[in-house]
Amino acid sequence: MILLATLLVLAVAAVGWWLARKRAREIELRSSGHHDRLHSRPVYHGLYVAIWTGVPALLLLLLWVAIQGPLLDALLLASLPQDVVQGLDENARAVLLNEIKTRAAGNPLPGEPAPYVAEAVRRLLRWRAIANMAALALSLAVALAGMAFAWRRLSPTFRARRAVERAFTWLMLVCASIAILTTVGIVLSLIFETMRFFTMVPLTEFVFGLRWEPQIAIRPDQVASSGAFGMIPVFAGTLLISAIALGFAVPVGLLSAIYLVEYASSRFRAFAKPLLEFLAGIPTVVYGFFAILTVAPAIKHFGDALGIPTAPNSALAAGLVMGIMLIPFISSLSDDALAAVPNALREGSIGLGATRAETIRYVLLPAALPGIMAGVLLAASRAIGETMIVVMAAGIIATLTLNPFEAVTTVTVQIVTLLIGDTEFDNPKTLAAFALGFVLFLITLALNMLSMHIVRKYREQYD
Amino acid sequence: MTDRTHNRAHEARDRAEKQGASEGGAAGPNGRIDWHSPQMLARLRRRHAANRRMKFIGLAAIVLAAGLLSILVGSLLKSGLPAFRQTFITLEFDLKPELVKPQNMRRGNWRKIVKEGLLRALPEDMRKNRKLRRKVLKIVSRSAPYALRDHVMENPHLVGRIIPFDVLASDPYDQFNKGLIPEYIVRGERKRPNPKLGGPEVVRAFRVLKEQKRVHLPFNWGLFFNADSRLPEAAGLAGAIVGSFLTLLVTFLISFPTGILAAIYLEEFAPKNRFTDFVEININNLAAVPSVVFGLLGLSLFIGFFGVPRSTPLVGGMVLSLMTLPTIIIATRAALKAVPPSLREAALGVGASHHQMVFHHVLPVAMPGILTGAIIGMAQALGETAPLLLVGMNAFIPDISNMGLTEPATALPTQIYSWADSPERGFVSRTAAAILVLLGFLLAMNALAIWLRQRYSTKW
Repeated sequence: MILLATLLVLAVAAVGWWLARKRAREIELRSSGHHDRLHSRPVYHGLYVAIWTGVPALLLLLLWVAIQGPLLDALLLASLPQDVVQGLDENARAVLLNEIKTRAAGNPLPGEPAPYVAEAVRRLLRWRAIANMAALALSLAVALAGMAFAWRRLSPTFRARRAVERAFTWLMLVCASIAILTTVGIVLSLIFETMRFFTMVPLTEFVFGLRWEPQIAIRPDQVASSGAFGMIPVFAGTLLISAIALGFAVPVGLLSAIYLVEYASSRFRAFAKPLLEFLAGIPTVVYGFFAILTVAPAIKHFGDALGIPTAPNSALAAGLVMGIMLIPFISSLSDDALAAVPNALREGSIGLGATRAETIRYVLLPAALPGIMAGVLLAASRAIGETMIVVMAAGIIATLTLNPFEAVTTVTVQIVTLLIGDTEFDNPKTLAAFALGFVLFLITLALNMLSMHIVRKYREQYD
Repeated sequence: MTDRTHNRAHEARDRAEKQGASEGGAAGPNGRIDWHSPQMLARLRRRHAANRRMKFIGLAAIVLAAGLLSILVGSLLKSGLPAFRQTFITLEFDLKPELVKPQNMRRGNWRKIVKEGLLRALPEDMRKNRKLRRKVLKIVSRSAPYALRDHVMENPHLVGRIIPFDVLASDPYDQFNKGLIPEYIVRGERKRPNPKLGGPEVVRAFRVLKEQKRVHLPFNWGLFFNADSRLPEAAGLAGAIVGSFLTLLVTFLISFPTGILAAIYLEEFAPKNRFTDFVEININNLAAVPSVVFGLLGLSLFIGFFGVPRSTPLVGGMVLSLMTLPTIIIATRAALKAVPPSLREAALGVGASHHQMVFHHVLPVAMPGILTGAIIGMAQALGETAPLLLVGMNAFIPDISNMGLTEPATALPTQIYSWADSPERGFVSRTAAAILVLLGFLLAMNALAIWLRQRYSTKW
C-alpha cells in the first residue's frame, strides 16, 4: 500500500513536470519582447513543480512508515483488556504483540488464540487498512496541494532555475552528511549497547580481567554460570596474530615495492602490478578457506615434525594467511610512497656515484619513510579489524599465550561468534560483542588518525 | 632542488667516502683518492655486490608473493575443479502403481522404487546378496527418491511404466568416481575398505554399473541452478547468487546516487570551512573502519532500532551501501578533479550557471571514471562477508522460489562460509568451486571496470 502510494506520488510528480514544462513553453512562445521573456528554461519550471509535488508527499510517507508501527503497537496495547496487560513486563508485552502480528500476517501458530488475541488481530487488520488508506489519501492530497502551490508561481519572471538549483544543493548536502550520520550512528549504537553492557559487568573487570568465558547460564544453578568478561586474553590473541601477519607482510611487501619501483623493467612492472592488485581484490573469506584447506594442515605438519605440539588452528596459520592478504596492501602503499620521491633525489644520488642500493638505503627510504610508516599503520589497523580469516582459521577459546603454535582467539572472532544467530540484546553475552566492537573501533580509529597525522606532518614538500 | 634534498645526496657521498677512507691506503700522497688502487677496486666490488644482493632480495620477495598466490589459486583449482562435474547414474525405474500411490504420490514408497531400480541393473548373484540389498542405496544420493517423485508428479502418465531416469550419485560415490577418495584406507600395515563407501560389495556393484556405462560425469549445472541442500551432491549456488544480486541491487541503488551527489557537493560546491573538513576526515575514516563494525551498526541500528527485517537482502544491502559509499565518493572526486578547468571555464563563459556547468558538462565527462569506481566498490561489496554474517544473511535457503528483498536470504561469500563450516567431504570441493565462481564474478567486474577506463578515458 505504501509502495502504491509512493508510485502514485511519483506519477503525479511526473505529470506535474510535464504540464509545467508545457505551460512554460507556451509562455515562451507567446513572449514578444524582453519584458516578458522566460527567466528560466521550461525544464526548470517542470522540475520546480515536480519537486514541490513529490518531495513533501514522499517525506510524509517516510514519516508515516516510521511512526505507523510503534503507533499501532501502542494503540493495540491500550485496547487490550486491562487485566491482561496489567501484570506483564516489557518482554512479555513484546511477545504478546508479536503473537498478534504473526497471526495477523496469516502465519500459523500452535494452539488456538485466546479470545482477546483474536479480537486484537481483527482490530489490527482493520486499523492497518484504515492507516494505509489514510496514508494513500493524505500523500496524494499533499502532492496535489504542492503541485497547486508551485503552479501558481509559474510566470515569465519566475526564477525557477534558482529554486531548483537551491533544492539540488540541499539534496547534495544531505547526501554528504550521510558520511557523518554513519559515523554518528556507529558511535551512538556502540556506546549505547556498551553502556548497557557495563551496567551488567563492571568496567574494571572488562579492562583488566584475565579470563574471557562469555557463556551465560541457561539455568541459574549451572556450573560456571557467571561467565567472565576480561578482554586482555582476547586482545593478546589479536595482537599476536596481527604481529605475525605484519612481521611477515611488512618486509615482503616493502621489498617487493622497492624492487618494482627501483629495479624492475617497465615490462616486469606491467606484469607484476596487476598480480598484486588481483591479490588485493580477493575477498577475505577466500583467504580464510585457504587457511583451513592448505596452510593450517601444513603448519601442523611442520610443527609436529619439529616436535612442537601444534593446534590445528594455530595462531601461526591465521597470522601467515593474514600476512599474505596484507602483502599487496603494504606493497602498493610503499610503492606510492617511493614513487612520490622526486626523481631529482634519485638522479642526484646516482650522479654522485652511489649505487642503486645505496641510493635506496640512504636517500629514498628516508624520504619515503613517513608514507611507508603510514602504510604500515593502516595495515596494522586492517590486521586488527580483519574478521573472516580469523573467524575461519583461529580459535574460539581465549588463551593467554605468546606461543604461535597454540590456538588463540581475536576480538573479531568473539564478536562474530557471540552474535551469530542471536539477536536478544538483553544479556551480557551479546552486549559484550558491542563492547569489544567499541574498543576495536577506537583502536582502528586511533591508528587511522595517527597514520593521517604522520602523512600530513612529515610529508616533504618538494618543488 | 631544496637544501634538504641537497644535503641528503651529500650525506650519502660522505658516508661512502668515510667507508673508503677508513680502510686506509686509498688516499694518495697529496690527499687525492687513487680510484684504481686494489683497495678501492675491492670496495667497489663490495658495493656492487651489495647492490646485487638488494636486487636479489627484492626479486625474491616478489617471487615469494607470486608463489603464495599460485599456491592459493592452485589449491583452490585442485579441490574446486572436480566439483564442476557431477556423477549421475542412469537407471530404469519400474513405477508400479502400488508403490507410486497415484492418488497421493507424496505418500508413495519412492525409496523402494529407487532401490529396485538399482537392483534391476545388477546381475542375478548380486541381486540375491542380502548384505548388498541392505546397503545398495548408498550408491545414490538421498535426494534421488525426491527427484524421481518430482519428475513423476510432473508427468503422471508415466505411472505403471518402466522409465529411464538419471539420478545423482551419493557424495562418497561421486568422489570415488572422480578418483578423489580411495577404495581402501592404508594405515601402516593394515588395509581396510573405506567405510564411507559402505563395504566392498557396494563398491563391486558400483563397478558393475560403471561397466554397463550407466555412470556419467557431465558438467555440473546443478552447482549454478540448484538451491542449497544439506547433501553436498545436491547443493547449488542459485540461492546465494540471487541473494547476492538482490543485495548488490540495494547497495547500488542507495550508494551510487548518494555517493555521486555527496562527491559533487564536496568537490564543486562546498565552501572551505570546518564542516566540510570534518566531512572529509569522516569519509577517510569510514573507509578504514573494520567491516565487522558496520555489521554491528546494522544489527543495532537497522535491525534493532528501525526494525528492518533480519537476514534480508534489504538490510544486507543497506549495510554494504554504507561501506561502499566512501569508495564511490573518493573515486567520484578523483574523476571530477581530472576534468580540466578549461572545460568549466568555457561552460561558465557561455553563460551556464554553476549547477549547469557541473551537471551538463563536467559530470558527463567524469562519468567513466565514476562508473569505474562504482564497479570496484560493488566488487568489494560482493566479497564482503563479516557484516552480512552479523545481520544474519547466512540463512539456509533450500527453496529459491520465494526470494525477495524482504525474505531471508544468503549471499555468495556467506554461502562459502557456511559450506566451509560443513563437515561433509563433498562440501570442501563445493566450497572451493563456490570460491571459483565468486572469483569469476569479481574478475568479470574488474575487467569491465578496466575496459571502461580504457575505452572512455580522455587525455586532456
